[in-house]
Amino acid sequence: MTAILIRGGQFIDPAAGVDALKDVLLKDGRVAEIAAPGKIKQGEGAEVLDATGLVIAPGLIDMHVHLREPGQAHKETIATGTAAAAAGGFTAVAAMPNTTPVNDSQETTRFMLAPERGAVVRVYPIAAATRGMKGEAINDYAALKSAGAVAISDDGLPILKDNVMREALAAAARVGLTVIQHAEDTRMTQGASMNAGVTAFKLGLRGMRNEAESSIVERDIRLVSELRDARAHLHVAHISTAAAMAAVRQARRNGLRVTCEVAPHHFLLTDEHVGDYNTHAKMCPPLRSAADRDAMIEAILDGVVDAIATDHAPHAAHEKEVEFERAPNGIIGLETALGLSLSWLHKEWKMPLGRVLSLLSAQPAALLNLKGRGTLTVGSIADVVVFDPKAEWTYKASEGKSKSKNTPFDGWTMQGKVRWTISEGRIAYGA
Amino acid sequence: MNLTAPVRRTLHTPPVAASPSPYHPGSLLSVEDLTIEGISHILRRATALENEDPLTRTRILAKRRIALLFYESSTRTRTSFELAAKSLGADTTLVSSLSSSIEKGESLKDTGLTLRALGAEAIILRHANSGAPWLLEAETRLPVLNGGDGMHQHPTQALLDLRAMLAHLRPGVETVTAETLAGVTVSITGDILHSRVARSNMLLLPKLGARVLLCGPTQLLPELAAQAGPGIEIERDFEAALRQSQIVMMLRIQAERLAGLQLDLEEYKAAYQLNGERLKAHAPEAIVLHPGPIIRGLELTSEVADGPQSVILEQVRHGVAIRMAVVERAMMAAQGGRA
Repeated sequence: MTAILIRGGQFIDPAAGVDALKDVLLKDGRVAEIAAPGKIKQGEGAEVLDATGLVIAPGLIDMHVHLREPGQAHKETIATGTAAAAAGGFTAVAAMPNTTPVNDSQETTRFMLAPERGAVVRVYPIAAATRGMKGEAINDYAALKSAGAVAISDDGLPILKDNVMREALAAAARVGLTVIQHAEDTRMTQGASMNAGVTAFKLGLRGMRNEAESSIVERDIRLVSELRDARAHLHVAHISTAAAMAAVRQARRNGLRVTCEVAPHHFLLTDEHVGDYNTHAKMCPPLRSAADRDAMIEAILDGVVDAIATDHAPHAAHEKEVEFERAPNGIIGLETALGLSLSWLHKEWKMPLGRVLSLLSAQPAALLNLKGRGTLTVGSIADVVVFDPKAEWTYKASEGKSKSKNTPFDGWTMQGKVRWTISEGRIAYGA
Repeated sequence: MNLTAPVRRTLHTPPVAASPSPYHPGSLLSVEDLTIEGISHILRRATALENEDPLTRTRILAKRRIALLFYESSTRTRTSFELAAKSLGADTTLVSSLSSSIEKGESLKDTGLTLRALGAEAIILRHANSGAPWLLEAETRLPVLNGGDGMHQHPTQALLDLRAMLAHLRPGVETVTAETLAGVTVSITGDILHSRVARSNMLLLPKLGARVLLCGPTQLLPELAAQAGPGIEIERDFEAALRQSQIVMMLRIQAERLAGLQLDLEEYKAAYQLNGERLKAHAPEAIVLHPGPIIRGLELTSEVADGPQSVILEQVRHGVAIRMAVVERAMMAAQGGRA
């Protein structure tokens, strides 16, 4: 395997607490050497990437994406989804199980991991918590883990029944996996297509109340508390309300293993961005009030949030060009997460660069227990992103790598442009 | 990690982009798009067209094509739009969801593009989904007249209600200002939550200075309705609302949109039904409006519907005049000029 020498960049590895000018040598899919600029001797024959003025950081990890394969290849495939990931600086993505069929078996998990899928970055399947994601019978987590699953979730749907959720948390804890919950009491959100509030009232749309999210988060935290001795780990997906965030904050104060992620759209946008029924601003959980959005920002800055995850949810154009209430939920996010995070969390809201990168790499790697990823020390896997932190660019969805273009961020100007994404020692994306 | 109460910071956040719609100056999607001058123009043209010689009138839009696209049933709106368009000489064609390719699954976008290809220069749309006219307009770029979308808006209904109110309160006034309805209280009572008529009126009438009083039980009238715009208040006590009103607008309970909401109709009638006794005791001078269809014996009694204070059938007549004006406005803009 060829070697790659990345020269003269600002090397940031939040997990190791390093932020300095370094050269990095990648060899045989691993980090071979990290040294002061010009000090690496064994670099002969290596492909040289000049990173002067650029940041060298661990490849980003998105713990919440929908790659749509198997079964919904008109929206996205593992090949196109991972190409979008690479373009966004991601070297690993965790794929949710709401495919067709649902990923609740070793066969489907192995299908997703097969080389024929053409993944250009590492794919980590997340297996369904219950058979067919019906919320009734829990799956065989040990078998799913041995096939390659890194977490358990019925994402897109909640696990509503207390006894099923308790059983899922306990069974997952026994095999060392996390249960990722899509917190939505669907009994309260029937027919609703956006956040409840004045905007929904004015638009004549039925609204989803905050309690539909927070009540499930509170119930789940209670279950984790009951299963404290079993070391059950709950991860709340795409948290969006101040009330749910307050519950997570309190659970952490009580020492429970409760973690959470926030999507860029939930720390940037509000329900007013639905505008005149823009279906590219329709997702679940929905865009919330300004107070909720501000609570997401506060929690990220305070360190209560463990990861930024995109909930990348591709849909074909014709599926979104319909009446708002009939449009499917979800937006794509892999190609904009870094730019949005750098532009707003770092530049605008002054979060240190290392902490922003940690939310996008080291912390999700730790949550999913991905060994050798999310950090760059000698011997770790050669997953690297090299980006220009100063470069301004305008995102054009039509030029994106994802098969779908459903995003509210089309035309947004962002700061921070990916130059190279290196996955396991190979250049997966270069601009 | 800081686990104490979060410190409130004042943060700059991404602005909400200005709406690109309506794309077409002839469209009427929401009363919010209308300026006071725009409202005056429609009111003046309604009267002028109503008084025009019928034969002269048919030359205004002679042989021009207008499609009526109706995904929901309608008597008043469909018929009056059709009569209005025909009075101006236009050819109209009706496409309804039960006798077209919509039944076969054709999308709103494709139906709109098909109508455009068939020569439609404007589309009048009624649809069960809020916001459908925005989609149709964005995809076809034709002038679209919103004939009622879900629970959202029914702009021509609000305009005809306004014309009916003016006829009684400000006879002869066509050019309106921000003060035309100053001092006037309009109560709207009933199923506000599911009503596009309520939303349209509560956003239109305060532009002209009216005070809108919303009345109904919390299941049908959420507290946040008062924040929808300026000049909107909530009064839960129906008789107190009546006592303050020069205009009493009653709404139907929309059984088709209740979506599982449980409502005790006897209790509802006891608190909110407009009967002759209540009207006489609390609003003897007011006029009574109802957008129809009325359910006699539920939100109001026959005694009121057919009584001297009722202007329900006058509203229907105003509907034809208003719709002539907005159809003309759409088609003049379609030709290139801003009517």
